[in-house]
Amino acid sequence: MRVALFLTCVNDTLYPDTGRAVVRLLTRLGVDVDFPRGQTCCGQAHYNTGYRHEAEPLARRFAEVFGGYEAIVTPSGSCGAMVRELYPRLGERARAEGRGDGLATALAPVVPRTYELTEFLVDVLGVTDVGAHYPHTVTYHPTCHGLRGLGLGDRPLRLLRAVKGLDLRELPGAEECCGFGGTFALKNPDVSAAMGADKVRSAESTGAEVLCAADNSCLMHLGGTMARLRTGLRPVHIAEILASTEEEPPA
Amino acid sequence: MSGTFVGMPAFPEAARAAVADERLRGNLKHATHTIRAKRAAAVAEVSDWAELREAGRRIKDHTLRHLDHYLLRLEESVTAAGGTVHWAADAAEANRIVTGLVKATGESEVVKVKSMATQEIGLNEALEAEGIRAYETDLAELIVQLGHDRPSHILVPAIHRNRGEIRDVFRSEMKEWGRPAPEGLTDSPAELAEAARLHLREKFLRAKVGISGANFMVAETGTLVVVESEGNGRMCLTLPETLISVVGIEKTIPTWRDLEVFLQTLPRSSTAERMNPYTSLWTGTTDGDGPRAFHLVLLDNGRTDTLADDVGRQALRCIRCSACLNVCPVYERAGGHAYGSVYPGPIGAILSPQLRGTASEIDASLPYASSLCGACYEVCPVAIDIPEVLVHLRERVAQGGPATRAGNKVVLRPAKGHAAERAAMRATRWAFGRPGVLRTGQRLAARTRWLHPRTLPGPGRAWSATRDLPPVPAEPFRDWWERTNGGRDDGAAPQDREETK
Repeated sequence: MRVALFLTCVNDTLYPDTGRAVVRLLTRLGVDVDFPRGQTCCGQAHYNTGYRHEAEPLARRFAEVFGGYEAIVTPSGSCGAMVRELYPRLGERARAEGRGDGLATALAPVVPRTYELTEFLVDVLGVTDVGAHYPHTVTYHPTCHGLRGLGLGDRPLRLLRAVKGLDLRELPGAEECCGFGGTFALKNPDVSAAMGADKVRSAESTGAEVLCAADNSCLMHLGGTMARLRTGLRPVHIAEILASTEEEPPA
Repeated sequence: MSGTFVGMPAFPEAARAAVADERLRGNLKHATHTIRAKRAAAVAEVSDWAELREAGRRIKDHTLRHLDHYLLRLEESVTAAGGTVHWAADAAEANRIVTGLVKATGESEVVKVKSMATQEIGLNEALEAEGIRAYETDLAELIVQLGHDRPSHILVPAIHRNRGEIRDVFRSEMKEWGRPAPEGLTDSPAELAEAARLHLREKFLRAKVGISGANFMVAETGTLVVVESEGNGRMCLTLPETLISVVGIEKTIPTWRDLEVFLQTLPRSSTAERMNPYTSLWTGTTDGDGPRAFHLVLLDNGRTDTLADDVGRQALRCIRCSACLNVCPVYERAGGHAYGSVYPGPIGAILSPQLRGTASEIDASLPYASSLCGACYEVCPVAIDIPEVLVHLRERVAQGGPATRAGNKVVLRPAKGHAAERAAMRATRWAFGRPGVLRTGQRLAARTRWLHPRTLPGPGRAWSATRDLPPVPAEPFRDWWERTNGGRDDGAAPQDREETK
């Protein structure tokens, strides 16, 4: 099976380790991964900050770049939700505003073929044990767009539970937002920081060494908060845990 | 108490004080977490919750789509039942009507049962200006009024106060408004409730005029409905000789039968009860029973304008259950006052800027008072897609555009302070439209990474004040992919491994 990796601009620029982990993991599972060079950004920041028309050409680009693939996999619940939940709205809006069906038609095939990584593993490949080994204590934060936007449910937890050596701790108040929210973190810094600090304290209370999530943007906010609060916690993307084996531990 | 919240600072500024107030945050956290868990349990008991939610959404949408028809039907039914209907386009007109009605009775005191519409229009202040004193009789409203405070929650206006604070307010203020608090009042709930009961009983038995709101108005029968927990509302609705109900036009539902849906979803969503203790229904006037005169003031005050907006109009489905407040992580930290409106929380963030427009600083900041986590949409019993409306209103604030104000189609100018953001959004969209530009930027960032400051200038300062920045890696992913042929040649360059360590 040949799939396209939609890495997202944040991961490409700031978290290449996550990208390499996805490639390693999917290759190990027999998937042929391609990284279409034309990809950039899904436009979520534009959309959510109130600049939806700026997101439109990015959605169009997405459709062009990923149009020929059977499946598109992204290690970001947030960007995945942008494609699956909000791209159709961009298409509808263009139609409603008299700009024709072009965008909606272009998006129609790519939207349902876009999967968040854990969704792809569980639903498409049908695996929960990906043969990973990760001897650490981990707590999992289901990020909002993964949880409510995509409805990932317990897929990430099922994957983590199958990892050898991993001690999974339940995160109290797991479903509460960490306070990142894209530009929210800049526009409402005090509330955002308070939410982040509460989430980090909550993760700390589990006794875990690692706070895991399927979104590096939330982990960037939480990791930055952890460093400032001087906790013993480390932020780690779920792809890096699932890619880790006894022979090849994470970088 | 100010019902109008004029001159409020923008949300982030108002929230800053609340976030720093440990006691307030403690009160809010305790209260919202308690009710959150209870609501979830109460909702989980109902096997057809999804269907009820969808039915509620549909009834409301249908009514809103044909509101002109149902309002006229309502007027007809209320009039036929012996009531009088008044139409108020805005707050000033509504206040003028109510003040005139009270003055015509010759009374200088009124009792009120919790009504958000009258707070929205600042009725108490308008009455006071005419020498009429309004007594709030809902327990939480009483606490807010006695404390010269503002409501902080839709259902629990005094949520920000703990028992000790309430005792102090009762002790110092009750005597100014009527029967003083009993000697040696403690903060035990039973004693506080008894003090309020005695204080209010006096008012109920004396008042000749009652003012109420309503949760629903049934067009078919002309019946108004108040759903409450204490029974104080029922006192206000039955004891006075004159009853004046001030209700937003969006509270209309077509038929008696439609009530069935909301009488299930409202209590479970708001107080997490299977059924609320008191549901009062009144239809016009009846000889020898209840008020002898009944007036219904139908309030528009921005609602028709909101109805004209095809995305934003869903906010008018709201049944004021407050489930969105209780689940909102932003509300939990910022408190209700920061929203600068009688409607706080997520619903307030989309309702207030539509009812009042986005011209003021507070109204322009409200659409951003959310991380778009979606918890509010998930719990809403009438499925208002609050995140969608927030984004829609952000667009209006940031870029201006068409809107309806006072019945006229207008083109709004963007709010101040968004020029840099607009430029940044355009610039990033331009760059993201060109992968080569993105790659050049990434490489530049990677090469200069040792020079990056630990703190950011401009709007980024807010980030680096409380959070460390992530380090920029030596090599962006796309360069690694190219260099290693998608990881087939070599997993990672030795020099890169070394640098990222």
